[in-house]
Amino acid sequence: MKLARVVGTVVSTINHPAFEDRTLLLCDLLDPDGAPSGGYLIAVDSVGAGAGETVLLLDEGNSARQVLAAPGAPIRTVVVGIVDEVTAS
Amino acid sequence: MQLARVTGTVVATVKVPGLTGIKLLLVQPLDRQLQPVGGQVVAADAVHMAGPGELVYIVTAREASVAMPDPFVPVDHAIVGIVDAVRSLEGDDPAATPSAADAPAAGPPPARKRRTRGARS
Repeated sequence: MKLARVVGTVVSTINHPAFEDRTLLLCDLLDPDGAPSGGYLIAVDSVGAGAGETVLLLDEGNSARQVLAAPGAPIRTVVVGIVDEVTAS
Repeated sequence: MQLARVTGTVVATVKVPGLTGIKLLLVQPLDRQLQPVGGQVVAADAVHMAGPGELVYIVTAREASVAMPDPFVPVDHAIVGIVDAVRSLEGDDPAATPSAADAPAAGPPPARKRRTRGARS
């Protein structure tokens, strides 16, 4: 899983049926110290995360389909947690 | 999943049987500022409605073939949505309007062939 920060949303009306009624979040990937590492991912929300929050991203298709209970969905990246605190030693 | 801009179409007559009926489009993956990142790739169109100049989002790897009607086709990039808007924390990003006019890599405005069904002169 990856640490990321929600920086926006992606709005789409014409999409694959698996994306109906799902929120797409634009997430900047983070270093362990909380700085953006340069990359980004579009993720499906499963926890109600909002803009500015640090989240836990799952970037693996089978796990994503299991989390969303959507067996045939072409979804690979899912927000699976909202991070309260990261301690790096 | 990643943002990309459709830059062209690909036509292949001779192909693996599993690819029959699948529309292939040339796409340029983009970064969050909608600037091109990496090389262009050929993606299958899973929404059946994407065309040159449009801002889309794509899935890669195994999820690309899951997006197709037959989930066991040899496809590694698929377009799964057409982007209406990218809303960032700072407000709507003016660069993120999905119009063809600001397509950085699309060159001249795309010549989209539209068929009007039932139109009679």
